[in-house]
Formats: sequence, C-alpha cells, structure tokens
Amino acid sequence: MWEVAELIPTKDEMIKALEERQGKKLQEKFSAATVAVCGLGGLGSNISISLARAGIGKLILIDFDRVDITNLHRQQYKASQIGRYKADALSENLKEIAPYTELEAHNVKITENNAVRLLKEADIICEAFDVAEGKAMLTNTVLESIPDKFLVAASGMAGMGSANNIKTRKVMNRFYLCGDEISEVAESESLVSSRVMLCAAHQAHMVLRILAEKLDT
Amino acid sequence: MVKINGEIFDIAGKTLADYLASINYDFKRIAVERNGYIVPKAQYGETVLIDGDIVEIVNFVGGG
Repeated sequence: MWEVAELIPTKDEMIKALEERQGKKLQEKFSAATVAVCGLGGLGSNISISLARAGIGKLILIDFDRVDITNLHRQQYKASQIGRYKADALSENLKEIAPYTELEAHNVKITENNAVRLLKEADIICEAFDVAEGKAMLTNTVLESIPDKFLVAASGMAGMGSANNIKTRKVMNRFYLCGDEISEVAESESLVSSRVMLCAAHQAHMVLRILAEKLDT
Repeated sequence: MVKINGEIFDIAGKTLADYLASINYDFKRIAVERNGYIVPKAQYGETVLIDGDIVEIVNFVGGG
C-alpha cells in the first residue's frame, strides 16, 4: 500500500489537474508567480500550504525560529518536527503536498537591513509575523524601500471573537491588511487555530486575487 | 481639515509627529499612509499636515 503513495504524479499531470480545477488562464498566472512568506507560524505556515496547493510557482519561506510543542495547535507542523527549523520543516511538508513548487528556505530573522535582499525576487510579500513591532517594521520597510511589490499583512486574529470580524482591507495601492485589527494576543492571551487560519486564508486568498488581477478586496 | 482613519480633525498646520504623540500611538507599532503614499518614519517630524490631507494609520497588534 505505502509504496504506491511514493509514486507521485508527474509535473505535467499535476499542472493538468490544477488547470482542470482552477482554469488554465488563472493557473498560468499562479505558476509564473513568486510569493514570499515572512514568518512561518500560525499565519505563514497556513498561507504557504494554501499557496502551494494553488500551484504558485515559487515560494520564498523565511523564519529564524524552530518548531516548538506550543506551535502544534495552530501551525502546520508535525509532532515529529519539534526542534527543527520551521523553514526546513515546512519545506519538507510542502514537498509532500506540492512536489513541483519551487521552494527557497531561509533560516534567518528578517530585519530592516536584510529585508530588501531577501524579498527582491518576490512579486507579492506576505507579512506573517507574530510581534506587532516586527509587523510594523516589515510593512514600513517594504512600502518605503521596495514599493513596486504588493504587501499583504495581518493584524488582529487572537481570541474567541467572531469569525466574521476577520476582514481584508485595502489600506493603499499595493498594501492590503487582513484581520480584525483589534484582537491582540497579549490582551486575550489566546490564539486558536480556527481564527488564525481564517486570517491566513484571507491573506492567501488576497494573494491569489492580486495574481488574478482583482485588486479590490 | 484633515481626515485620519475616516474621522475629521481640525489639525492642519500640526506635524504628523505632534498628532501621533497626542494620541499615544507607539511609533514602533505603526505604519502611516498619507494621500496614498507611505510616510517614512524618519519624516514624521517634518511632515506638516495640510488642509484636505487623507491619512491612514495602521496600528499593528500582536499575534500570528
């Protein structure tokens, strides 16, 4: 039984299946795209899986951190991957899902100094950090230094608030913000997988909409 | 009149830094857009708000 699972489809078969489900025109746009995911926690790991499944051509995966036991309730890692670098562990998981998506993994912390170099190849950048100061730093750096990129950021997805309060808002040309913009992890002291995944899905979907040239929210 | 996050304020002539200080925003957690363009952090102090400006302040909260 298990040997059969190792016989994965060819690249052509995978692309044909994606075209059948998503349409040839859209699939060609997805295949040609490079998307960077900054932070591979509850937001970033889920965004990456959505985008890999959609057949995005190349993903740049960036996180300095390692998988911790407290991550497993909302992040797309396995118990057997505790202690591994997230960028490496996620690459491994994505390879099993979408073997022909090109992956570039970086086990580094993104700063004002290295962001432009790490992100220069990306068409669209997802901000998926957990700390507010990091979110603001990346947003300011991208919009100031590489304003030709699209940025899809997130703020406010903690707690047990309604799923319906998670939204996507176009703040300005090329800058989108997902979340309820209020629920802070420090105040609510909880992050539940479903609400974080909702926000990640908003981000991934906005990425696909941008590639489909639907630039409103 | 200056529109900030959808609300109208009578603060034309003040700098962006003055306004931000008056409402206790943490500079490290925000991004500010003015009339469709990001305002670089280094320019908050020299950015004078003028009549008709439309400003959007994103105040990030933690979690992800």
